[in-house]
Amino acid sequence: MTSKDAPRADTGGNGGTRDVGGESGAGDDQNREQSMEGFSRRIGRIGRRRLALYVTLVLLLALYLSPLWSGFTTSLKTAVTFATTSPLTPPPPDGFTVEPWYEAWGRMRFAMINSVFFVIPATVLSAFLGSLAAYGLTKIDWRGQIGILLLFLAGVFIPYQSVLVPLRQFWSAVDLASLLAFAPALAARADLLELAITHTAYGIPICTILFRGYYLTIDDEIIEAAKIDGASTIRIYRRIVLPLSKPMFAVTLIYQFTNIWNDLLFALVLVTTSRNFVATQALNELQGAMVGQYNLQMAGAFIVAMPTLIIYVVFGRQFARGLGGESG
Amino acid sequence: MSPSRSRFRHRVRRVRERVISLVTGSGSDRRERGNSSNGRRDQGDSEDLAAAGTDESARDSVRTNGTARVAADGGTATSTGFRVRDRLDRLRFNETLQAALFWVPPALLMGWFVYGAISWNFVISLTDWSGLGQPDYASLNLEMYWRMLDDRSFIAAARNTVALLVVFTGGALVVGLLLAILVDQDIRFENTFRTIYLLPMSLSFVVTAIFWAWMYNPETGMINVVLRGLGLEVFAMNWMSDPRTKLATIIVALTWQFSGYCMIVYLAGLRAIPDEHYEAAKVDGASTVRMYWRVIIPQLRAATTSAAVVLMVFALKAFDFIFVMYGTTPGPSADILAIMMFREAFARTNWAYGSAIAMVLFLMALAIIAPYIYVQYRRGEL
Repeated sequence: MTSKDAPRADTGGNGGTRDVGGESGAGDDQNREQSMEGFSRRIGRIGRRRLALYVTLVLLLALYLSPLWSGFTTSLKTAVTFATTSPLTPPPPDGFTVEPWYEAWGRMRFAMINSVFFVIPATVLSAFLGSLAAYGLTKIDWRGQIGILLLFLAGVFIPYQSVLVPLRQFWSAVDLASLLAFAPALAARADLLELAITHTAYGIPICTILFRGYYLTIDDEIIEAAKIDGASTIRIYRRIVLPLSKPMFAVTLIYQFTNIWNDLLFALVLVTTSRNFVATQALNELQGAMVGQYNLQMAGAFIVAMPTLIIYVVFGRQFARGLGGESG
Repeated sequence: MSPSRSRFRHRVRRVRERVISLVTGSGSDRRERGNSSNGRRDQGDSEDLAAAGTDESARDSVRTNGTARVAADGGTATSTGFRVRDRLDRLRFNETLQAALFWVPPALLMGWFVYGAISWNFVISLTDWSGLGQPDYASLNLEMYWRMLDDRSFIAAARNTVALLVVFTGGALVVGLLLAILVDQDIRFENTFRTIYLLPMSLSFVVTAIFWAWMYNPETGMINVVLRGLGLEVFAMNWMSDPRTKLATIIVALTWQFSGYCMIVYLAGLRAIPDEHYEAAKVDGASTVRMYWRVIIPQLRAATTSAAVVLMVFALKAFDFIFVMYGTTPGPSADILAIMMFREAFARTNWAYGSAIAMVLFLMALAIIAPYIYVQYRRGEL
């Protein structure tokens, strides 16, 4: 990559060299002089180019961070201060407060816990089922798998609006709360269980596609060798494919966690009791209830964003791979 | 044994023969990896025997002494040949069964929630269900679809959906390409830049909608503050309540959020282009802009297509962001089908009408992804 980029960076400078080359019929001394001149000119141009490049990159950086920056400064200002100061400036000493964070956390703690409660099982299950399906569709020879695969692939792109009404009907017909009557603690959280199952089901297609892309790169010879040794398909999966899948599990788990944590639509449809509200839902409620209290809203937004932000900062590479997988 | 049954067996046998020929045909490429022809033959047979889990000692002898096995095979050609075929056959059958063990449970779960639900949604859209009761599946008709044609808010929402789809997709692709080209210039701290440009993608739309609502605030929002600071007070508008800028507020914010994704896709595309293409353009004396425009960008068609499909489908289902910013009634200038569907079904309990709108969304998504998937399939890229 570097070998490619380095020469490309000075394409502009290259024009200079060509000029010199055009006059190269003249004497040796003159030629050297001119090439020296061309060389310094080129450096100058490269320098200016590079400078412009970095300035652009940094300006874009500021642009991309500005919504977060304005939110962050506001979340640390008192009500009077954020209304009277620019959102660009950090809070002045007399207008600084962590009260909004404290209050937003107090209001949303329960929802954060609810989110953890349903997001983690849904993430793990969808990744695991995706891995199983991808193995069945990739590593075992049988005809007709491409047709099944197409159904999985199309499932990635389904607009969820087209399943919302049946989803509501389905979960009111399958009354998890009364099915779980024997365990009141669980029954009270039936909404969250429904949400976990729903997210698992809709996560399977993308997880399958991600794992399939990875399994295609696993060398068949390892699996053939295991077959010769008499290993069953299940054993091959457990002993060979699953251990090899670790990096892809990292990608899928991170990608799914982010997706499911960030979702609002399914929660709006499936979670009806306010004590079962998930983080995004509670944040939306907070915004509706605290009109004009921007410092509180911003602190709330950061609190909800925190888990995915931390995961993104630590595992950015895996997240990017998950995103890339979506486009095939 | 009854005659029909024996005929059935006969047919099974014929099918098996066909399967065997197919299997051995497809198996040949695998066998080609062996070095000698004896080795190949041996590998194929031993695999069948071993995995069929039959004669233990035979397997051992095969593994320890391959040549002897081949000789024996040649000696009793017919009987062993049949037995091997039978086993091969059973093995293939077992493999298919075992494969099913893996993919069927997830496929059933996914199939029910995706395709079952869509079919159900279609049936609901044919009823006239609204209010608190249950749908009446006895009388089905297309009434809800006719209703759309007369519904001015549907027309407005459809128009906005298309506008959002086109402008947002185009904008995110252009910005993403620009970012990718800038980041691809062998810069220092490349990872940091890339990480920050992609960062909005890791945030929930609920979070970003709240940030942007604050950015757009007419009095103290950053956009107007900056405009005033630059002496461009005339452009400082009430972005979120002015019908002229409502849809634009959504498009700008979503472009901000998604351009990092496009950057990632384009970066992968750029790095797949061989170095020689850059060098050849350089030798030809093409300027940087010209080189990208004439040589590099045309080679990014695959990246553009796949990113565009993802963006367009997203634009169809964009809900969370607009819902948090504008609620279920963004007004005719920012209403889109995804929001309208939710409003009709879940706020106004016009379930059947909501389902019909959802079917329109589904068909629009299908119109985008079906050609894409078909082309991928034909190219053998699946």
